[in-house]
Amino acid sequence: MKMEHEVLAKPADAPLDVARLRADFPILAERVNGRPLVYLDNAATTQKPRAVLDALAMYYEHDNANVHRGVHTLSQRATDAYEAARANVARFVNARMPEEIVYTRGTTDGINLVAQSFARPRLAPGDEILISAMEHHSNIVPWQLVCGQTGARLRVAPVNDAGELVLDAYAAMLGPRTKLVAITHVSNALGSITPIRQIIALAHAANVPVLVDGAQAIAHLPVDVQALDCDFYAFSGHKIFGPTGIGVLYGKAAHFEAMPPYQGGGDMIRSVTFEKTEYNDIPYKFEAGTPNIAGAVGLGAALDYVRHAGIEAIDAHERELLADATERVMRIPGVRIIGTAKDKAGILSFTLDGVHAHDVGTILDHEGVAIRAGHHCAMPVMTQFGVAGTARASFALYNTREEVDALVAGIERVRRMFG
Amino acid sequence: MSGDLRDLYQEVIFDHYKRPRNQGALDAPSHRAEGHNPLCGDRVTVYLKIDNGVVQDLRFEGAGCAIATASASLMTEALKGRTLDEVEALFRDFHALVTDASGDAAPDLGKLEVLAGVREFPARVKCATLAWHTLNAALRNRKQPVTTE
Repeated sequence: MKMEHEVLAKPADAPLDVARLRADFPILAERVNGRPLVYLDNAATTQKPRAVLDALAMYYEHDNANVHRGVHTLSQRATDAYEAARANVARFVNARMPEEIVYTRGTTDGINLVAQSFARPRLAPGDEILISAMEHHSNIVPWQLVCGQTGARLRVAPVNDAGELVLDAYAAMLGPRTKLVAITHVSNALGSITPIRQIIALAHAANVPVLVDGAQAIAHLPVDVQALDCDFYAFSGHKIFGPTGIGVLYGKAAHFEAMPPYQGGGDMIRSVTFEKTEYNDIPYKFEAGTPNIAGAVGLGAALDYVRHAGIEAIDAHERELLADATERVMRIPGVRIIGTAKDKAGILSFTLDGVHAHDVGTILDHEGVAIRAGHHCAMPVMTQFGVAGTARASFALYNTREEVDALVAGIERVRRMFG
Repeated sequence: MSGDLRDLYQEVIFDHYKRPRNQGALDAPSHRAEGHNPLCGDRVTVYLKIDNGVVQDLRFEGAGCAIATASASLMTEALKGRTLDEVEALFRDFHALVTDASGDAAPDLGKLEVLAGVREFPARVKCATLAWHTLNAALRNRKQPVTTE
C-alpha cells in the first residue's frame, strides 16, 4: 500500500484549523440523545479520522496477506506496508532506527513486556522498582507481578497535593538497589505532565534505566526519545487516533538485543529444531505470531495525520481549551479540581460537592457530552486525594470552545438538579 | 440511553440521597453482607436483624451515587417488618421493575416504583440493584462481597 500524498511541513506556530479537522472525523457528526455529540473522553480513547479508516479498508481490500512469509505479491505488499509503518513510528518519536520499535497490543502490553523480559531476569530479592504515586494500574500491576516473581520491592515516589511529582523525594529514593524507574509522562487521572527529562537524568546519574508510560502524552505533546534519552517508551495506537489493539514499545537497541524473547512462536525465530531454537533479530524477536498488520498500517496513517496537523499546534490548542475549561468549571459552586499541577495536558478531573461522579456522567450524557466518571484505573491516586472517583473531561485536537460551553452548561445543570 | 432524566432523578430519589433512612451500622445483626462495585467505587454494607422469620430491623452503611444510595435507603424502608417470604418476593419484583425494558412487569411495589426509570438507563441498573443483591447475600450468609457490575 502506498502513501501517495506528500505531507507538507507546517510552521509550528500555525494554529489548528479545528473546523476543517473536525470534518475529517465521521463520528463527530453523531447525535447522542438528540444532541450533537460532544466527545470529551479522549484520555480513554480517541476518535478516528477518515484517513485511518480508509487506510484500514485499503489494506484489507488491496494488500491483505501475512507478513515476512510468502514470496507472493500480496505478502510483499503487506510486509512493505507493515514495515513502512514501523519506520514511520520511528520517525515520529525520533528513534535511531526502526529496529527500536516493537509493535505491541498497547501500552499495557509494552509495560508487561519490559517487566517480564527486561526487569525479571535482572531482579534479585531486595532490589527495587521505582514508580510514582500517580500511575495508571497498568504501570503498577505488572511491577507487582514481577516483584512477586523475584522478591523485588515496589517503591512509590510521592506526589504533592497539586498532583506534581516531588522530585527531591524521588531523587532520594534512587539507590543502589533501584533496578528500574517506571513513570508516566502525563497522568491520566490528574493531567499532570511530569518533569520527565529531569526524572530520566536523575535516574541515569544513578545508573538506573527508565521506562516512560506515554499513553497520555503521545497525541498531545512532542515526544523525542533521543532527546529524552529514555530507555523504553510505551504508547497505544488508539489514543493517537489509530485503531485499538496496536501499540508501540520503543526501546534502546542495546536493551532489546540483550533481552530474552517475551513470547515464543512464529516470526520471532530464525531456526527451530527440537534441541535448539535461534531467535530472530530485533524487533522481530518480540513479535511472536501473526501481528496486527492492519493495526500497524492504521497507526501509520494516524501518525501522518497528527504530523500534518502539527503536534505543537495541537498542544497549544488543547492548553487553551484546558485553561478556558478550568477557569469556568472552577467557578461552579461545589467544584473541586483534582490535579492542579503547573504543567498540565488537556485533562480536567473534578468532583462536585454532594454529587457522585456517575450522576454527573449520566446527566452530561443526556446532554450529549461524553466524559469519564470513576477512578480512571488509578485507584491509589484517588485514595491520596480522598475521593472514590472523579468526573474527567479530556481534550483532543478536534475539541472546540463551544464544546467547553456544553460541558460547563451540563455541569451547571447537574448543580441545579442536585441543589 | 433515551429515557427522560426526570424519570431517573425523581424528587423521592433526591430526598433519599440527601437524607438516607436507616443509614449506619446495626448492633449485633443476625445477618450482614458487603457489596462493592469496583468500577464505580460504590460500596454498601447491609445489616439485618431477623427474628422468627421476620425482618425486625435493617440498616445500611456506605452506598455512593444518588441511585445507589436512594435505592438502599428505600429498600430498608420497604423491608422492615416483612417476612422472609415477602422479602424474597420483593427482591424478585424489584429486579423485574428495574431490568424489564419492555415495561410489562408491573409489580405493585409502592414507593420503590420511583426507581422504575432506571431501566431506561442500562449503565445505571447496577447502581439500583447493589443494595438488593447485598441483602440477598446477607440472607444466604455469603462472606464474599457481591457485585452487580
